[in-house]
Amino acid sequence: MRQKIGIWFGKGVGAFLILIVCLFLSLPLIALLLRVTPELLATYIPNETVQKALWLSITTSIISMAIVIFIGTPAAYFHSRSYYPGKSFVDTLIDLPLVLPPAVAGLALLLLFGRTGLLGKYLNVIGIDIAFTTVAVVLAQIFVASPFYIRQAKALFEQLDPAYEETAKTLGSSSLRTFLFIILPLCATGLTSGAIMTFARALGEFGATIMFAGNLPGITQTMPLAIYAAMQGDFDVAITISVLLVAISLAIMLTVKLLTDKWRYNV
Amino acid sequence: MFKFSASKQLRDFSLDISLQVADGEIMVLMGGNGAGKTTILRLTAGLLTPDTGMIETGKKILYHHQSKINCPVQDRNIGYVFQNAAVFPHMSVYDNVAFGLRARRVDSLELADRTDEWMDRLAISDLAAVRAGHISGGQKQRVALARAMATKPDLLMLDEPFTALDRNNQIAVREWICLCVREQKIPCLLVTHNPADAEAVGDSVCLIDRGRVIEDDNMRMLF
Repeated sequence: MRQKIGIWFGKGVGAFLILIVCLFLSLPLIALLLRVTPELLATYIPNETVQKALWLSITTSIISMAIVIFIGTPAAYFHSRSYYPGKSFVDTLIDLPLVLPPAVAGLALLLLFGRTGLLGKYLNVIGIDIAFTTVAVVLAQIFVASPFYIRQAKALFEQLDPAYEETAKTLGSSSLRTFLFIILPLCATGLTSGAIMTFARALGEFGATIMFAGNLPGITQTMPLAIYAAMQGDFDVAITISVLLVAISLAIMLTVKLLTDKWRYNV
Repeated sequence: MFKFSASKQLRDFSLDISLQVADGEIMVLMGGNGAGKTTILRLTAGLLTPDTGMIETGKKILYHHQSKINCPVQDRNIGYVFQNAAVFPHMSVYDNVAFGLRARRVDSLELADRTDEWMDRLAISDLAAVRAGHISGGQKQRVALARAMATKPDLLMLDEPFTALDRNNQIAVREWICLCVREQKIPCLLVTHNPADAEAVGDSVCLIDRGRVIEDDNMRMLF
């Protein structure tokens, strides 16, 4: 009897803790959604500030994700397949943006690409200004979001049974063909979810962007920055953009979940 | 005639082996875990490089230390069936069997002929459109064998092809292997732990321990 009471007590404590976590995560979103009415969305979604921020956020996040995939995929593959001095340092460097405060990342990027920065002063001579432009938004997003993809890709390539790659080679397949037709498709599910998480992180990027790119409507004002600006003016605009971001984030998380459930090969 | 005479310093011991397998014959490599059996296959396939020695398939010198010949893996023309069959799970059975032919840029008519021929021979034609990740262990072994044989290899190597197969499938896969090797008249190296497999398919057996041949004999003398 005492043992049964113990089991039920344990289950009760577990359920209570799960309830606290769920409430803590959902109540702020509920509070936000309760402030929204269809009229509010109908009024403010066509708003110029909202439209510009939405368009800029989505385009820059897609560009950032594409650059991370294009450079990060082969880089992660070579990293996972080779042994070289300083490999663990590179591992740490790849992970660093995950723990680095975004404001620090933004400041560091400014000190590199700013007009008097380490590289910026040379770029300035040939007429290239990066800080406080849309390019700066993309660079800030890449800096903070790239680990989400590269870490995932690295782990996937390391975990893949080398027999697939070796079999392909014994069948006469070149390294490039093996990479494109065997390795990439076998890792596609994980790579896709990594890419979507990178997009999501880029979409929500705030700290590094405001430090490095500023808050210029239509040029560098992404959705999180537009929320920040609207908080000092039109609160309803801030709510509308926030709701849009919640909807996009939810859609992203659902897509990742569906993809990982559906595209699992019976390896 | 396949000839292997090579040495390689491994972590725990030095592998130093000489073997010869005639065309149309199966040599069974036996020995405990870590004896060096799979290493012989990997050295032959070019997935590892020997320290010294010579490896040739009769048609081609794959490795010759003194002449500094080290043929790339892709050009060795060896059919290698891995322990877990390593069928590509995201591709159809047809695409698996055709993979080596496409990689070698065989023209489309010949590719279709050879793929169909080997799928017929190994009785997997009805699985042509099925994704290889969804077929059984025995079927995977047959797909892997058809895929290796479709490229007309100069040598067939099989690493424990019977593990994870039930008894009926073991007997079937043994028959397919014998059929492939005898018909195509190519030498075959087969790694197994099971003396019954060795007796069923082997023309000769080579017992290996810590990188050395401790018994190399005709099957009749051993069983």
